Amino acid sequence: MSTQDTPDDAVGRRRDDRTARERIGAALRSRTALGVALLLTLVAFWILGQRNGASLSDLLSLTVWGVMLGGIISLGAIGLTLVYGVLKFPNFAHGALVTLGAYGAFTIASFLPQGPILLPFSFGWELIAAMVLAMPAVSLVALVVDRVLFRPLRRRDASLVLLAMASLAAAFFLRSSIYLIWGPDFLFYYPGRANPALQLPLDIRVQADQIFVFVLAVILVALTWLLLERTRMGKAMRATANNPDLAQVRGINTERVIAWTWVLGASLAAAGGVMYGLASQLRPEMGFWLLLPMFAAAIMGGLGNPLGAIVGAVIIGIAQQVSSSFINPAYGPGVAFVLLVIVLVLQPQGLFGKGGE
Amino acid sequence: MEPVDLARASFLFFPLALLGMLVLPGRPALRLLLAVVAAAIVAVVLPIWLPRGILTYLVSFSTMAGIYAILSLGLNSQWGLTGHVNFGVAGFFAVGAFTSALFTTKMPEGALAAYSQQAFGLEWPFLAGVVMAGIVAAIVGFLISIPVLRLRTDFLAIATLGIAEVIRFIFQNERWLANGPQPMRGIPRPLDCLFADPACSWLPQGVVNWLAPLSPRDYVFFYLIVVALVLTVVYLALERISRSPWGRMQRAVRDEENSAAMNGKNVTARRIESFVVGSFIMGVAGAIYAHYVVSIDYSHFNPLFATFIVWVMLMLGGSGNNKGAILGAFAVWGVWSGAAFVIDMASPALQAISPDLPSRGAYLRWMLVAILLAGIVLFRPQGILRERKKVSDFMPKGD
Repeated sequence: MSTQDTPDDAVGRRRDDRTARERIGAALRSRTALGVALLLTLVAFWILGQRNGASLSDLLSLTVWGVMLGGIISLGAIGLTLVYGVLKFPNFAHGALVTLGAYGAFTIASFLPQGPILLPFSFGWELIAAMVLAMPAVSLVALVVDRVLFRPLRRRDASLVLLAMASLAAAFFLRSSIYLIWGPDFLFYYPGRANPALQLPLDIRVQADQIFVFVLAVILVALTWLLLERTRMGKAMRATANNPDLAQVRGINTERVIAWTWVLGASLAAAGGVMYGLASQLRPEMGFWLLLPMFAAAIMGGLGNPLGAIVGAVIIGIAQQVSSSFINPAYGPGVAFVLLVIVLVLQPQGLFGKGGE
Repeated sequence: MEPVDLARASFLFFPLALLGMLVLPGRPALRLLLAVVAAAIVAVVLPIWLPRGILTYLVSFSTMAGIYAILSLGLNSQWGLTGHVNFGVAGFFAVGAFTSALFTTKMPEGALAAYSQQAFGLEWPFLAGVVMAGIVAAIVGFLISIPVLRLRTDFLAIATLGIAEVIRFIFQNERWLANGPQPMRGIPRPLDCLFADPACSWLPQGVVNWLAPLSPRDYVFFYLIVVALVLTVVYLALERISRSPWGRMQRAVRDEENSAAMNGKNVTARRIESFVVGSFIMGVAGAIYAHYVVSIDYSHFNPLFATFIVWVMLMLGGSGNNKGAILGAFAVWGVWSGAAFVIDMASPALQAISPDLPSRGAYLRWMLVAILLAGIVLFRPQGILRERKKVSDFMPKGD
């Protein structure tokens, strides 16, 4: 007995040692810590901006713009996180769907009769109609890509890496199609149309279009939430994301769920593209630039969790905009990347993801 | 045979002999003999048989394909050996290229300094620049690998894609570092005095006479030898590595991570090591590229040219197979370059479809490469040459 005591004791002491370290590690890797870290990052960005000579109203405006950019990012990120949840692979082609939505709406709008400008916004009814029409069009493209590329791989139980490679191929295919059809130059929905900023209380300057973009994003996100929470298809989607095999056993037609996931994701991506195009301009790489913030938002919120993706998107949108007060705005996606690394290091499951793997 | 062709043939001999060693069958001694004889014959026949312009094109094609082959080998040492999904090849390629450029160029002075800025310019020799490129890329790879390599494959793919973009943004926006977004010009070419009019002073007269008929435009004939040498060194090193105990350990980590860990292997350390090795090779490839094109800027390192196409090369050639990586590089670069001619010839037809199309013909090549990758993923994910799992000569044959 006494011979066993010593090793036991040693193990016991070592375990005690480890618990102290583990406790700190666990505390650092908890969700609260992640939330605090992200909040501190935002605060640090604010302070850095103030140090660089940005006034309080500048920073407030940037924050409000950040929330609006977050609205756009969240539209893409919801689709990304749903596809990730249901199909279990990172869809690198999602950015191309965003671009496709923006350009598709551009072409559709050019066929529609131009209505009067809806003051105080800079666009007319035709753009909203074009956006509504572009959403099913992009969904159709996503369904075709799924049928041609992803479904055969799914049938074969291909590895995650092959699916990711396939999505990369799809991304470059769609992007080259966009280049071929619309060319590499910038496009504007309404070239040269002025869009003066409104003066809000606290000296915040916001364009009416930005408010529209944000409100629309909120409406779409709310509709998505209703769809996921209140309809049978939404329930089936969540079940499939949770456990595909069990969902199938329980009589859920997974192929149909997957098709609807693509439709939902692509529609939201298309709407996000139109809004992004309205807020800045149309360029073939616009979706690719949004890809990193979208992934960061999806991972930050916990993969497969649409509500989390929205929170992540808003955090990233604010961080990107506020950071432009002290570094070159071109680094926006880089800021998203830094936040992504913070999340991955502290808590890869994200703010609202399922704990443990 | 004219002296020009003879001099060109002498430059072709060495890369051809190395190629022969790579593809010919048989025992090493016999292979060497065969390769030397075959290379001598082909080196003489090619300049006689082909018009000079076409030969120059073929040589510059092979140089570029060789650089891509080095990249593809680097990726293979990460993906093929250990299973890292690195979608950020472009980042390490860029770090290598700009590092070597900074170490070997001269700091701009006088009037030039107003147009061109860089962090430093040390005027080191070419080889030192290449080594530094590898080392700095390896350091970058190491720093990145610490937070990221513990993660799942899909997170690694996203994170590396982000890293490459961030690196490209830095070279695009930081003027003080490497003159971004303007190109960094005047990266010295190694031994380019060989082809200058008063040739290098240290050259013996016989060699000077031999090279006299060649013009500076023929420099690429010499650079092909440089690329072939680097490619050979990288290839041999990787072949040796993948058969070493360390390489077998890497495969174990890739295929059965848990059982490797249970057998006392430090999985995280092994994964970091192979990521660093691959980053080093990609950095070297970047240096070789920078000294070849002489002037580099951030746009060279976009995800298409420097990440996506390298993945297509490796997937086509065969992941895990070093010969496959080289084969894939030449095949895909052949498709890419050949498509340019085809699209050029088809431009009247494109004109008929839409007047805008011919000027956008370049994007058809993207589409082609994307379709190629989709085809590989769908129909032959293991590539042309399969991975050779046999890692020991003492194991029974017939695997």
